[in-house]
Amino acid sequence: MLSTGLMGATVAPPGLDLQSSFIDLAQGMGLTAGAARLLWLPLPMVLVLVGAVVGVLVSVWLERKISAAVQQRIGPEYAGALGVLQPLADGLKLVFKEDIIPARADSVLFSLGPVLVVVPVILSWLVVPFGQNLLISNVGVGIFLWIALSSIQPIGLLMSGYSSNNKYSLLGGLRAAAQSISYEIPLALAVLAVVMMSNSLSTVDIVAQQTGAGILSWNIWRQPVGFVIFWICALAECERLPFDLPEAEEELVAGYQTEYSGMKFALFYLGSYINLVLSALLVSVLYLGGWSFPIPVEWITGWLGVSPDAPLVQVITGSIGIVSTILKAYLLVFFAILLRWTTPRVRIDQLLDLGWKFLLPIALVNLLVTAGLKLAFPVAFGG
Amino acid sequence: MSIASTTQQICFLVLSATTVVGSLGVVLLPNIVYSAFLLGGVFLSVAGLYLLLNASFVAAAQILVYVGAVNVLILFAIMLVNKQETLAVIPGLLVRRLLSGAVCAGLFALLLRVAFTTTWALPGPPPVGEEATIRIGEHLFTDYLLPFELASVLLLMAMIGAIVLARRDVFSTDVITGEPADQGLIEKERTPLLIEKSANEPTLLTKP
Repeated sequence: MLSTGLMGATVAPPGLDLQSSFIDLAQGMGLTAGAARLLWLPLPMVLVLVGAVVGVLVSVWLERKISAAVQQRIGPEYAGALGVLQPLADGLKLVFKEDIIPARADSVLFSLGPVLVVVPVILSWLVVPFGQNLLISNVGVGIFLWIALSSIQPIGLLMSGYSSNNKYSLLGGLRAAAQSISYEIPLALAVLAVVMMSNSLSTVDIVAQQTGAGILSWNIWRQPVGFVIFWICALAECERLPFDLPEAEEELVAGYQTEYSGMKFALFYLGSYINLVLSALLVSVLYLGGWSFPIPVEWITGWLGVSPDAPLVQVITGSIGIVSTILKAYLLVFFAILLRWTTPRVRIDQLLDLGWKFLLPIALVNLLVTAGLKLAFPVAFGG
Repeated sequence: MSIASTTQQICFLVLSATTVVGSLGVVLLPNIVYSAFLLGGVFLSVAGLYLLLNASFVAAAQILVYVGAVNVLILFAIMLVNKQETLAVIPGLLVRRLLSGAVCAGLFALLLRVAFTTTWALPGPPPVGEEATIRIGEHLFTDYLLPFELASVLLLMAMIGAIVLARRDVFSTDVITGEPADQGLIEKERTPLLIEKSANEPTLLTKP
């Protein structure tokens, strides 16, 4: 039953496949298949890395502008039109700052900590799909790989907290690790309910399962509780307000970042924003239909009377897919920023109570109800 | 040799070198925090070896369980009880080290003997690749069901034990105030406390 479900889920329109076209082109120019593949490999990686960094710049700008609007200020104004170059100026400032390692700090662990925080987050972009074939690698364990990779991050936080030789840093590091461990469990349970409906861990299959009837077939209607749990946990994993306990300014100066300056601080900053954009993208993949347009593209091509396999139509549908993924993600980023500037911070005991005594039982019940509904209504809940 | 197999060989060499050197560091380094962080590195490179064997689900589970949970808990334990004190020199340290070294060398020799005398089925069964997740699930719910359930019962017992150890206040309450005794000890350490061992059990006085 499981395998037939999987077969059903993987049958989808082929869509734009740049990789095979590129390899065909390179082989046409007289390269071997292996060499052509080797030439192709770095291209999507660099593209996604650049995309992630640009995404960070955009969200930093949004953060500044939206926070200004919430507080009835104007925000950055003079660096570029509407201050769009302000994040770039911030980045430049951090690059040219002096890199300080405190005298009594452990210099090896102090330098390794920020790297261990950023690398898993960037690696997780491996599984973010922007179209049927528009992702770096459609690995079978897909979304599980993201959960596993995001569990490496606490080690980097503990490392930087410990090696700074500062009590605020150590407390911040311990808090961050405790927080991300507590919220990882309800997060994984919420993902599990979605995985159960799509019979696959692969992000492409999860989106393909939501493409039947446009906006009505998105998972948010079938998993409203799971959506809320996932969003709360994602905010907690990103250490965004209301859950930014690890760097609570009034109590801990800046938590584990207290002793950091220059590029090492920039790595933390970059990591947290990349993580925010990544979480928003994954919410859109898991619950908001990923790259699918509210009205299925196949219907539109049918009404217009064009073949969905024509090259130009494929390019247009591919672009629509990328744009709608990014739009959905940035809508969620907007909500995250609005939440940050309108809600107060929770206390550490409230945070742990919410995670363990509320979200965990609710996520378990959600999983159980999803399993029951899947058995009762296999048509609607992916039998 | 094709590009793919060369890459695979280089990855294997790098990963196994990291595993061996890292685990030696875990055992030999005097600073326990370095040992704990290196242990995380060893777990990661073992996950890399699983990836090379086409077992991506096992690799991801290895990272999630060992790096994300076990190693973080070890680090937590170290950092919460980290006392910066120099340990007193144990008498006969050299003899102890030599003895443990001899035991380890003996174990290593035994393992080498096993590795060389076993007839390995080369090249082995074909890897199932992406189907592995489904196969693992089927096995866990058919022929490996009993070990799976036993492991979960064991974990449940460990969890209950941890809760009992962590929450002694359930068992001992201050007779005068009725507050949990541990909390009272922290807050007013100078006032004498009469601790009633089990709050729910009827004492001799109240018995009819």
